[in-house]
Amino acid sequence: MSDNKDHSTGGEQQPREEGGAPGRVVGTPSPAAERRLLPEGDTAAPEGAGEELDEQAAKRAERVVASLFVLAFAASVAFIAYYIGWSGRDGGMHGIERARESNLWLGGTMTLAFLAMAVGITIWVRRLMTSQPVVQERHELRADDATRESFAKTFLEGAQESGITKRPLLRRTLLLAAAPLGLAPLVLLRDLGPLPEKRLRHTYWGEAVRRAKAQGKKGVRLVVDGTNKPLKVSDFATPGGMITVVPEGIEEHSEHPLNEIAKAVTILINVPPDKMSPRMRARGWDVNGIVAYSKICTHVGCPAALYEQTTHHILCPCHQSTFDATDAAKVVFGPAARPLPQLPLAEEDGYLVATGDFPEPIGPSFWERG
Amino acid sequence: MSQTAPAAPKAVEGSLNFLDDRLGSTNFFKRNARKAFPDHWSFMLGEIALYSFVILLLTGTFLTLWFKPSMHEVIYEGSYTKLNGVKMSEAYASALHISFDVRGGLLMRQIHHWAAVLFMAAIMAHMLRVFFTGAYRKPRELNWLIGIVLFTLGMVEGLFGYSLPDDLLSGTGLRITQGVLEAVPLVGTYGYMFLFGGEFPEGNHGDLIPRLFTLHVLLIPGVILALVTAHMMIMWHQKHTAMPSRNQSEKQVYGYPFYPVFMAKTGAFFMFTFGVTALLSTVTQINPIWLYGPYDPGAISAGSQPDFYMGVLEGALRIMPNWEITAWGHTLSLNVLIPATLPLGIVFGGAAAWPFLERWVTGDNRSHHVVERPRNAPVRTGVGVAAVTFYGLLWLAGANDVLADKFHVELFKTTWFFRVAIFAGPILAYIVTKRICLGLQRRDAAVIDHGVESGIIVMSPEGKFSERHVPVREEEKAVILSKENAKPEAPAVDGSGIPAPGTKGPMGFLRSRLNRGWTLDDIPVEDRGHHGEHHEVEEGERAGAEQKELSR
Ligand code: HEM
Ligand code: FES
Repeated sequence: MSDNKDHSTGGEQQPREEGGAPGRVVGTPSPAAERRLLPEGDTAAPEGAGEELDEQAAKRAERVVASLFVLAFAASVAFIAYYIGWSGRDGGMHGIERARESNLWLGGTMTLAFLAMAVGITIWVRRLMTSQPVVQERHELRADDATRESFAKTFLEGAQESGITKRPLLRRTLLLAAAPLGLAPLVLLRDLGPLPEKRLRHTYWGEAVRRAKAQGKKGVRLVVDGTNKPLKVSDFATPGGMITVVPEGIEEHSEHPLNEIAKAVTILINVPPDKMSPRMRARGWDVNGIVAYSKICTHVGCPAALYEQTTHHILCPCHQSTFDATDAAKVVFGPAARPLPQLPLAEEDGYLVATGDFPEPIGPSFWERG
Repeated sequence: MSQTAPAAPKAVEGSLNFLDDRLGSTNFFKRNARKAFPDHWSFMLGEIALYSFVILLLTGTFLTLWFKPSMHEVIYEGSYTKLNGVKMSEAYASALHISFDVRGGLLMRQIHHWAAVLFMAAIMAHMLRVFFTGAYRKPRELNWLIGIVLFTLGMVEGLFGYSLPDDLLSGTGLRITQGVLEAVPLVGTYGYMFLFGGEFPEGNHGDLIPRLFTLHVLLIPGVILALVTAHMMIMWHQKHTAMPSRNQSEKQVYGYPFYPVFMAKTGAFFMFTFGVTALLSTVTQINPIWLYGPYDPGAISAGSQPDFYMGVLEGALRIMPNWEITAWGHTLSLNVLIPATLPLGIVFGGAAAWPFLERWVTGDNRSHHVVERPRNAPVRTGVGVAAVTFYGLLWLAGANDVLADKFHVELFKTTWFFRVAIFAGPILAYIVTKRICLGLQRRDAAVIDHGVESGIIVMSPEGKFSERHVPVREEEKAVILSKENAKPEAPAVDGSGIPAPGTKGPMGFLRSRLNRGWTLDDIPVEDRGHHGEHHEVEEGERAGAEQKELSR
């Protein structure tokens, strides 16, 4: 950075172009007028800068800038005054109305303070600063050959003095010592999380069904996500609509309910039995046309939350994968590659129950899935 | 040693001397205070990025004073009454607290978010300016690479940032992140378990949000800050590039001195940036998390869009066909893997390799300080516009549902449109851009040869009307003549049958083919002295031009 011979220019480098032929913007159809439309950045001087200031114009500009600075001052004072004097009335800011109000006042005064200052300084630069443009040498960045050579020599000399070139045993054992040291921190990261094991292969439905069966029941009841109300077949008898269900007891009995819910959420749809594909009918996992699919999209895992009654399509709002509810949630469009897994349903004491886990892993694909 | 100007106020002189006695800093100040800064509107884009980053640091620090990076479940009882009694994470509750109970909290949250958007937008615009003017050429390749890393880090930082408040939208973003992670072959599920500390979303101990928090407020900003500092120091050391003009040359830089002009201007610019983000945050609402509600793995709000800089990934995921390979007990999710890595890989990888590729193809190993007008490098400009088209189409595809809705077309048709356009668009953009560049070159050549129309109509004695042409003004001529014309290619073998250097072997063949492509159709623009009267090209300019000739 050893430059700046500072040719602070006097006469020979005029920032302004002298007269000459009519100007035009380079690269646009020539306006045949006397207009000068040089691109702004063509190092044309900021207006006023670099010239003898017309003292009267300068005075005017000074007054404008000063007023803007005073305005900025007033705005900052208003900011503080509002904060101290008004924003905390009636026991402080609480709730949306007052938050909006405070946002407006604090933000408004702050905006004004910054913008007034910014405009003021800009006018100052453009109208009042008398700096001339300067010209400086651009030096070659590279060192000259002699320096390079001499450093190369220095480098080699140092290496020789240290003996690292002459004593390979030192060199190699040093590298040997360094290698595991570099790996050690990686080992330290092992406890970031558990290994995947079989976690991604089953959901809480499996465990819930097992528990229910141990009590001599056919399966676990479906409860509505949110209210946890068990669902009767009669509650959901008319075709149309879609609701989200989870296995009964998922919140009380599981260790990490949110994680379990994130895998076990299931959508329940009532499709007209005559619309069901033969393949689905053969499965027999529906109860009078009531079918259950995993709600976790097989693309990258958004909840597939939209259901179009007329076409019986399930749509994932994230990337629009579309599944056919009447044909085992086959993919009919979009980036998802696999159908939504289906949950086997049955009826027990008038309630809807699941009789097993999803037969395959739910959600996005993964390498070990197979 | 310490003789400053006689009239310097005591306080200033005193502290300068204090520093100088201990650091010898006056030498540095003397050398740098009047550093010349070339001026052009597009040089401000980088400054916007810099200042939005400063704003992010300031507002972000404010937010950390109340934000609780915790997934611990609480039941909300607070001043946003609509959510009273609702279960949520402490993180979400504290973001509500910042918004509704901390005075100025909502403002700071909104400024933080707006500044993040502005930061990414400014980085993009700045990168485009650098690309299209060839400012990345030697010696500035390192700063170009740093810029690309900054862009990538900014994306990750933004993603983690809007994941922090743990609202429904951010949870959906994390869910997608998890799904993408799982698609990674071999180690995907391990990466997933290790990032979340177990299963989505809470893991075994609710580690995710605290981890993202540390990355978001410490690690990534630290790296960004270090890189920004390096970026600025390198820029300062190498001196800014300049737009071609009569006053600029490869040997000299022309501009207003840092102190006081540039310093004042850049100070004003910081305030503009802060003022504009404050204004946006005052009059518009950004990321109203209270409307989305807390994260619930079974729910999603329709029409939710990520921040704009994530739009490309979203678009790529949407238009990818559903290819998946299952064999030997393993699954390869091309439908996720390709969109998640390929488009950004092409854009970032291509951008990183470009300066080196260009140097190899053109064999141009000189340093460049005066940048090139986009029209004078039609291949570069064409490739740039093709890349912008590619990115832009993916970005639009990320909003295909919105587009389908707005223009009343079927959703599936928009997807198919983008599947085709993503290939055809960039090619078309390249061809059209290159043609436009060549057309502009032709016009430049004509301006130099024939001058410009003066608007004066003359009638000849025979009664014919014609418009009088006058020579173009000197400074415009200098801009036009900054073009470096293509040289006739060296013959592949010289007189004694020895191949020209760099043309041997298949790589040599490829190189010379590409080299030919680079300058194909070049329109020579030169001053053949039609208007013999002006030859007062500046010394520096001529020296620069000679240097150009020599180093091929
Ligand atoms: C390039 C830098 C950064 C980017 C792009 C960025 C982006 C974001 C975004 C988009 C959000 C979501 C805001 C919202 O709620 O709407 C966020 C939240 C947050 N950021 Fe940053 N940020 C950056 C740097 C920082 C730094 C340096 C800090 C602290 C030192 C910080 C602290 C926070 C905190 C505490 C939150 C959560 C608070 C909340 O959402 O209410 N950020 N960030
Ligand atoms: S997550 Fe459902 S389509 Fe992408």
